[in-house]
Amino acid sequence: MIKKIVVLLGIFIFLACGIALADNPKMGGMLVFGRGGDSVGLDPAYETDGNSFMVCDNIFEGLVFYKDESTALEPGLATSWDISTDGKTYTFHLRKGVRFHDGTAFNADAVVFSIGRMMKEPNVKFMGKGWKIPKQERPPEYWQMMEMDGTIGSIEATGEYTVVFKLKRVEAPTLNNLGMDFADMISPTAFTKNPKEFLRNPVGTGPYKFVKWIRDDRIILEKNKDYWDTSGGPYLDKVVFRAIPENSVRFLELKGGNIHICQFPNPADLPLARKDPNLKIISQPGMNIGYLGFGLTKEPWKSNVHLRRAVAHAINRKAIVDNIYHGMGEVARNCIPPTMWGYNTDVPGYKYDPELAKQELAKAGFPEGKGLHELTLWSMPVPRPYNPEGLKVGIAMLGDLAKIGLKARIVSYDWGTYLKRQRDQPSDMDFFQLGWTGDNGDPDNFLAVLFDGLASPSIRTQWKNETYHALMLDGKKTVDQAKRTAIYKKAQQLMYDEVPVIPIAHSTVMWPAVKKVANFKLHPTGSVRLKNVWLK
Amino acid sequence: MLSFIIRRTLSIIPTLLGVSIVIFLMLAITPGDPAELLLGERATEETLENMREHLGLNEPLYVQYGMFLKRLIKFDLGETIWTRQKVWDEIKQRYPATIELSVAAMFLSCFFGIILGIISATKQYSWFDYMSMIASLIGVSIPVFWLGLVLMLVFSLYLGWFPMSGRLGVDVDIEIITNFYVLDAILTRNWAGLRDVIWHLTLPAVALSTIPLAIIARMTRSSMLEVLRQDYIKTAKAKGLGQTKVVLKHALRNGLIPVITVIGLQFGIMLGAAILTETVFAWPGVGKWIFDGVVKRDYMVIQGGTMIVASCFVIVNLVVDVLYAVINPRISVK
Repeated sequence: MIKKIVVLLGIFIFLACGIALADNPKMGGMLVFGRGGDSVGLDPAYETDGNSFMVCDNIFEGLVFYKDESTALEPGLATSWDISTDGKTYTFHLRKGVRFHDGTAFNADAVVFSIGRMMKEPNVKFMGKGWKIPKQERPPEYWQMMEMDGTIGSIEATGEYTVVFKLKRVEAPTLNNLGMDFADMISPTAFTKNPKEFLRNPVGTGPYKFVKWIRDDRIILEKNKDYWDTSGGPYLDKVVFRAIPENSVRFLELKGGNIHICQFPNPADLPLARKDPNLKIISQPGMNIGYLGFGLTKEPWKSNVHLRRAVAHAINRKAIVDNIYHGMGEVARNCIPPTMWGYNTDVPGYKYDPELAKQELAKAGFPEGKGLHELTLWSMPVPRPYNPEGLKVGIAMLGDLAKIGLKARIVSYDWGTYLKRQRDQPSDMDFFQLGWTGDNGDPDNFLAVLFDGLASPSIRTQWKNETYHALMLDGKKTVDQAKRTAIYKKAQQLMYDEVPVIPIAHSTVMWPAVKKVANFKLHPTGSVRLKNVWLK
Repeated sequence: MLSFIIRRTLSIIPTLLGVSIVIFLMLAITPGDPAELLLGERATEETLENMREHLGLNEPLYVQYGMFLKRLIKFDLGETIWTRQKVWDEIKQRYPATIELSVAAMFLSCFFGIILGIISATKQYSWFDYMSMIASLIGVSIPVFWLGLVLMLVFSLYLGWFPMSGRLGVDVDIEIITNFYVLDAILTRNWAGLRDVIWHLTLPAVALSTIPLAIIARMTRSSMLEVLRQDYIKTAKAKGLGQTKVVLKHALRNGLIPVITVIGLQFGIMLGAAILTETVFAWPGVGKWIFDGVVKRDYMVIQGGTMIVASCFVIVNLVVDVLYAVINPRISVK
């Protein structure tokens, strides 16, 4: 008996050691990340593309961080913050002992500079000598797109490690916005030395330091040995972001072991990756939505809800997800991703039912499509994270519409023209495909930005509904998250009833990687954070 | 000769002016808005307007063209719309990569193409002739894109002889002086770096060389066949000269003239249109850069890039014309 216990104990100790060793981070090594294109620039305030942000994610940091695999917030370069009862004053208490890669101390003045430089008319106050804020080379796009000039009134350093943001209006997503890349902290010393060249020589506080950039080839980062957070990584000595434009070549490089992570592979290569004993697939539900919109500025779409509902029940979205998304996604019930807080699980989603669609069509006054001209279905010419093949999706939809008697044809333009003409809501547009990838994990960033047509003529769907508009305004002004959840759930139910668009799918991001790569997690915002990644 | 070279050099100016006008007109009729592409789905009217204003896109096209010409006189190609860098700096970083690749590919094409052509011509209707001409037909027909992937699969993934893509290994560093990596490695006496650069250059150069190699081989063969039938060749043979001497000394010099024209044209095309090879092999060259500029409607990249590529094309042709006179003194430069 004792012998058996000793053997069992031995096995237990052996397994425990194995698990402990396997999970133990290993220091050193070089990770090569293969991606489809080069970065445009590395100044987070002025970039708009994912390939730039993924490098910035490792060089820079913001006041607040998104948690791993979620958009919930946690302290970043600010250890805590207070929000006044009226919701218009945010006081941030900053982390002490942090330095930028060039040795400049991180303090309240650095925050005032980093954020103040994006303001159209900087209303800032430094604690010490501060820095002169240079003239903007070009508009800071994200700052403008998130309407930060309309939100932030002034920024003031009230102590060496205390900053106060005064808001012009109550804007509930403000904290989430400050977690986005554009609000990262930059070294004022490095920036003022040569503002024009900063995007080529970025200096932040992040876990990795910028070393070298060979255009269209590679960006090399090295470990920041003085990183403030000593509880985890950075574990890698070096990180190389390689641009390999062709998807199949990038995958071959992964198979050959020359890169460690392969961004955006061809869907057809994923089964090969699954079979390869040296590879694994890392996946994450994307924070996105692909939808089909209507030409809501004109009849019959503007006021005929039965017609819109007929189309919603006619389209076989599951078949689209299974066959065109290659299963890398899920059929959408709402226009926000299911991983986001505020998602309404009670909304049933439009089921595929051609018979029901025909009944709705009759109720709409167009039995079997009689009385309707040939419809135009605008299909996206480029793959986007939320819709991998717009033209194929469009063709599938044509077939579904024909089954209930609706005749339609595909219309497509080059991407720039598509976006421009869609914005103009031309009379020859009956349906259009479009979508969105979330910025900050707040439902407002989907529901208001995409669908509240009364808020701005720039809203692409141009759905004008008073009740919905009031809900969106309420959502922005309410700080309490439980109350906001109720507001957004109501908004989703209203959307389901009114069918301003048909939510098609939320795609899933799947990147193959070599098994050596440990602890790499995809983030819903698309960030690539390598701080806690190591190579086995 | 000198006046000819000066005259031909000056003729570059009207050529480039013509190129710039054609490009401007093409941009004018092509739909698409760089501001819209830059900002994507997120753009609002306000951000779009600010961006267009900032980029000078609100100006009428002829004003934009005027501004471009004004800058061009000062040898300033402006700043790119997307990367906000001087176009000239971007070209300086990328063009050496394209030139290095094109020179390597051209070397392979000329070396093997001319040899194959000569042997085929001297052994007309032999099995070698048939085989080499079938091979060159295949060479002309194979898409570079497909060939590149096959070369990678065989020589990189399965055999492991060559790297798959890129210009330099991730663990190799060379001091960059001219951006011509072969030259930089030699200048800095970095022999390990030189080996790595040549190692990386091989597969893309082979892929890029197939079409010109096939064309050169076929052209050399037909040109040599024609020359070999001439009377002076018969005379040379009658004098008792050996076959090798007749072919290499008497026939080749005349036979090469049309081949040089083809070489010049092919080289000129490579300098701007190696897009497919550059894309497959992740080669950071100017072809892919201009192509991306077209997709993104980056007018500055398209204008600047095309100007430089067109200049090089004209210069290569000038060199070809001069070479005519060197190879065959009977052709006087007038």
